[in-house]
Amino acid sequence: MVSSVSSKQLWSVLSEIPDPEIPVVNVVEMGIVRDVQVSGGKATITMTPTFSGCPALAAIRESLEAAARQQGFAEVEVRTVLSPPWSTDWITPEARVKLERYGIAPPKPRRDGDLFLIQIEHSPTRCPKCGSLNTSVKNTFGPTLCKSIHVCNACLEPFESFKAV
Amino acid sequence: MMNTELKEALIAKLTALADDELILSHRLAGWTGHAPLLEEDIALANMAQDELGHATVWLELRRALDGSDPDRLAFFRDASEFRNCELLELPKGDWAFTMLRQYLFDVYEGLWLQAAQVSSYPPLAEAAAKVVREERFHIQHTQTWVERLGLGTKESHQRAQEALTVLWPYAQQLFAPEAGEDRLVAEGVVPDLEAIRERWLEITGRHLRASGLEPPPLDAYVPRSRQRHTEHLWSLLAEMQSVARWDAEARTW
Repeated sequence: MVSSVSSKQLWSVLSEIPDPEIPVVNVVEMGIVRDVQVSGGKATITMTPTFSGCPALAAIRESLEAAARQQGFAEVEVRTVLSPPWSTDWITPEARVKLERYGIAPPKPRRDGDLFLIQIEHSPTRCPKCGSLNTSVKNTFGPTLCKSIHVCNACLEPFESFKAV
Repeated sequence: MMNTELKEALIAKLTALADDELILSHRLAGWTGHAPLLEEDIALANMAQDELGHATVWLELRRALDGSDPDRLAFFRDASEFRNCELLELPKGDWAFTMLRQYLFDVYEGLWLQAAQVSSYPPLAEAAAKVVREERFHIQHTQTWVERLGLGTKESHQRAQEALTVLWPYAQQLFAPEAGEDRLVAEGVVPDLEAIRERWLEITGRHLRASGLEPPPLDAYVPRSRQRHTEHLWSLLAEMQSVARWDAEARTW
């Protein structure tokens, strides 16, 4: 069977796949899926890892492949590329809104400072629960590689924030 | 295309890079559930996971050259086949020891990755550009800890200085080139370790002294080859490889 699904249709199917660690957003709007090519019975999907040690990578790769197969592609190739390196700047505005509603402060724009100078937070992180800017960093590392832990000094709730990468 | 000699040298270099990350990752993971603060427990688990990810990146580059399976290399080689520095296999020690070792390694890795971004071998340049973004968070964290320990209490200062005195000579091994590495440097494939070492000495020296710590004199110290290991690597591998060797088909975590 040769699938009649176009690459545009496949893109939209893939955008139904939730991020395994943050299920309110999908793998397309997170910038993980980079390219989709369809040719005859073959689908070639290119993805890029968020963090190279992210344990969700295998799960993401498998769900991309399974979704394409379900669309009738006999041959599916999921390629992983490292370049250009994934950036939180690629997370779409819609996904940022979803993250904030879910309780995760979305990432700030990425900055490349000197690697060896201690970097001071240049702007406060907004509390996703009450909107206050009076917040403090509790830990630059969090429950997943891509997040840090903060606390809101106004509503006293702890919250997670996406690291700008 | 690379000639055979250059390819062999690159395979050896990638293996050394991966082994450093893999062994350090395991040492960091040993703190999980044991760190002095919950935040630090989480931070070290993150760093262990990052270093493991970096080991995977280097082993995937090696796989592209010789078809070797990263899992086989990680879990089925014996200690005598590992090419990590002794610095990274030493037991985790106390908190100061762990932080000082991580700091000395992070600065080296950050400098190496920055320089490797212009490698003439595109897969290496691309991997370095990816990994350096993650390494940034480690450097920020450990250099802050060096300062806290060095300028903290009398005891934290003393422990940090003792750790530095032990670790400093071992750290020099990071800058000892592998066989054939000079050819890779001449071809622009990897950065020159001597140039990295000069910047490392300048950056770590400045930060350590600002934190009240003094690197010991190196005198006639000659770094040992990466083919040699302390007895600690054997026990580390016995633990790290036990699951894979017990059930090589285990796939679910």
